[in-house]
Amino acid sequence: MGPAADHYPHPHLLGIEGLTPGEITLILDRAQHYAEKNRSADKTSNILAGATVVNLFYENSTRTLTSFELAAKRLGADVINMTVGTSSVKKGETLIDTAMTLNAMNPDALVVRHGDSGAVKLLSEKVNCAVLNAGDGRHEHPTQALLDALTIRRHKGRLHRLNVAICGDIAHSRVARSNILLLNTMGSRVRLVAPPTLIPSKIDRMGVEIFHDMEQGLKDCDIVMMLRLQLERMEGSFIPSVREYFHFHGLDRAKLANAKPDALIMHPGPMNRGVEIDSEVADDVERSVIREQVEMGVAVRMAALELLVQNHRKIGGQA
Amino acid sequence: MSPAIRAKGAGKKAFINARLLDPVKKTDEAGGLLIEDDTILKSGPDITESTVSEGFEVFDLGGACLAPGLVDMRAQLREPGFEHQETIETAGKSAAIGGVTTIIALPNTDPVIDDVAGVEFIARRARKVGLAKVFVYGAVSKGIAGQEITEMGLLHQAGAVAFCDGIKTIASARLLRQALSYSTFFDGMIVQHPEEPELSKGAAMNSGELATRLGLSGVSPLAEVIQIERDLRLAEMTGGRLHFAHISTGESVEVIRKAKKRGLKVTCDTAPPYFALNENAVSDYRTFAKLSPPLRSEDDRQAIVAGLADGTIDAIASDHNPQDADSKRLPFAQAAAGAVGFETLLPMALELYHNEHMSLLDVITKLTRTPAELVRIKGAGTLEEGTAADLVIFDPDRPWKIDPYQFHSKSKNSPFDGRLTQGRVLRTLIDGREVFSEGA
Repeated sequence: MGPAADHYPHPHLLGIEGLTPGEITLILDRAQHYAEKNRSADKTSNILAGATVVNLFYENSTRTLTSFELAAKRLGADVINMTVGTSSVKKGETLIDTAMTLNAMNPDALVVRHGDSGAVKLLSEKVNCAVLNAGDGRHEHPTQALLDALTIRRHKGRLHRLNVAICGDIAHSRVARSNILLLNTMGSRVRLVAPPTLIPSKIDRMGVEIFHDMEQGLKDCDIVMMLRLQLERMEGSFIPSVREYFHFHGLDRAKLANAKPDALIMHPGPMNRGVEIDSEVADDVERSVIREQVEMGVAVRMAALELLVQNHRKIGGQA
Repeated sequence: MSPAIRAKGAGKKAFINARLLDPVKKTDEAGGLLIEDDTILKSGPDITESTVSEGFEVFDLGGACLAPGLVDMRAQLREPGFEHQETIETAGKSAAIGGVTTIIALPNTDPVIDDVAGVEFIARRARKVGLAKVFVYGAVSKGIAGQEITEMGLLHQAGAVAFCDGIKTIASARLLRQALSYSTFFDGMIVQHPEEPELSKGAAMNSGELATRLGLSGVSPLAEVIQIERDLRLAEMTGGRLHFAHISTGESVEVIRKAKKRGLKVTCDTAPPYFALNENAVSDYRTFAKLSPPLRSEDDRQAIVAGLADGTIDAIASDHNPQDADSKRLPFAQAAAGAVGFETLLPMALELYHNEHMSLLDVITKLTRTPAELVRIKGAGTLEEGTAADLVIFDPDRPWKIDPYQFHSKSKNSPFDGRLTQGRVLRTLIDGREVFSEGA
């Protein structure tokens, strides 16, 4: 792992794609600082006092929204949450219109989640504040990959030369794409483990190994990253039944035994217990770092907001 | 542009010192062409300054190309029903600048062109506008709903030159079989948009590495050839004339090449994006490059070029599909597919010539004579004596940069924005009238 970059050079955080190892390390180092601070009595600072952060969520999310809200508040920023229903037929028009409207109110940062891949980038082209992608379609979810990386680094002490198995619904997962990009950038090896219907076409070209058999896929890996089965995004029959899915691709003790004895169990949440993960392993305090991932989420988002808003202030609001 | 000038009284004109491209005689030679009023009198190498008799207004073309006006066999004019995107008048102006003098319009308007009144409406509007000659495809199925066959014979009699269901695949094997079979009695042609609908449901682009990286649903290029293979069987079974529109994959070219060898009455066309661009054009979620069928891999693009060069692909059409900015400025999955094409048709097709894949005459033939023959429009795509003086004069080498905001189409959705290209239309004539002249 090389040294951290001395500054974050981008106006936005739209994805892991395009970030250098140094920039990722910079965010993680800053997040590590906040992780420690968040465990102390003095959790808050006024580093972003006077800044306005708008959380614009086009998809329902309690966890991510709360995490971003808390992160902004701990930095002393003013936070507004806007949850926009996805049912509207003309949601695309609303996207640009909403962007223009919000932009006119001069926020410092927009945190955006949207159901369509590329929507956050589109919005970032229409505003002159910092834009943070909180998940766009199946494309990217950069803060999730960063919080996963921070969690891994805290336990393994490094992000290179690790074998990471990402298991489950890769096809519908932005978390998987961001994690593949980040882990490859940092020098780890990624394997994908899923039934063939949940492996997107030509994903091997992103530099991953593909396994359909979970026991083979988990063999000797350092990290087991489970994904939520996104039944709501599935059109047609990707899997025959939840029961069959759990049988072949759900993480239980027996399958986990193929991984290294100290392998970490991760999940971006919310978990479908008994679908992709057995409660017994999900709640294993020795192995599961699922709750720590949530904790690191706040720290990573604080770091990202701080770097972006400070950038934005430096360049005088010109994105 | 002076649309007020009527054909009668346009008088006698002589175009001399031209590079004459005649797709009927199959000649590419220096020469000239004489017109009287709305009709071609004569063309050939012997028409020069010294042989032109008195009474002709003489135009020295200084070596520019003179060819039949382009015959565009696949375009959407969006009128009636979508006049905020294009009208027959704005389409006509756009076509004139592109050198297109004959348009065959798709029937997916609102209302759909599935009855005689619809065919007559378009003909009347086009006559009134007085720009490109507009013919229509009749719908294969009522309301393009894919269920019941339209009154194809009556539509044909009223002027529908062939039949298709617009941008939709004729999915029902039974419907297509019946349409192919029924239309044989008046030598009708069925045009298919070849994309297996179940496989392509919800897809926003070509499947593969890029779609996976962008997190977009992709359709396999095989969805095209799967549809073609089924339909070829139906064509064989019925003896009907079947034409595949805008083919985009190497597999499709291969299968059609074999079918032609077997002697099937099958033809196909493609559009400039499929030989001039590949799927990388949609990187960064560029919705202006979102098309249907989607842009494919570089291997597919090269196979399309090869298919054009060896004659497997019969014609080049613009696939003109105007979409307003609001339909395009959306997240990629929600954005409308399609691109305007009239004003880039000729320069993009000329790339095939400049890149030495095809001769200039072959390129022009695929833009003029072949499409006219496919849809059985006599007197279009030719320089023959006595036919209408529908002509395009162009400089094949003139470099320019494509700027959609200069387009005369009401919509500006072009995937060729900013492209440096060669070949510019200098003048377009319809029935002897000048409908476009550079600098006018």
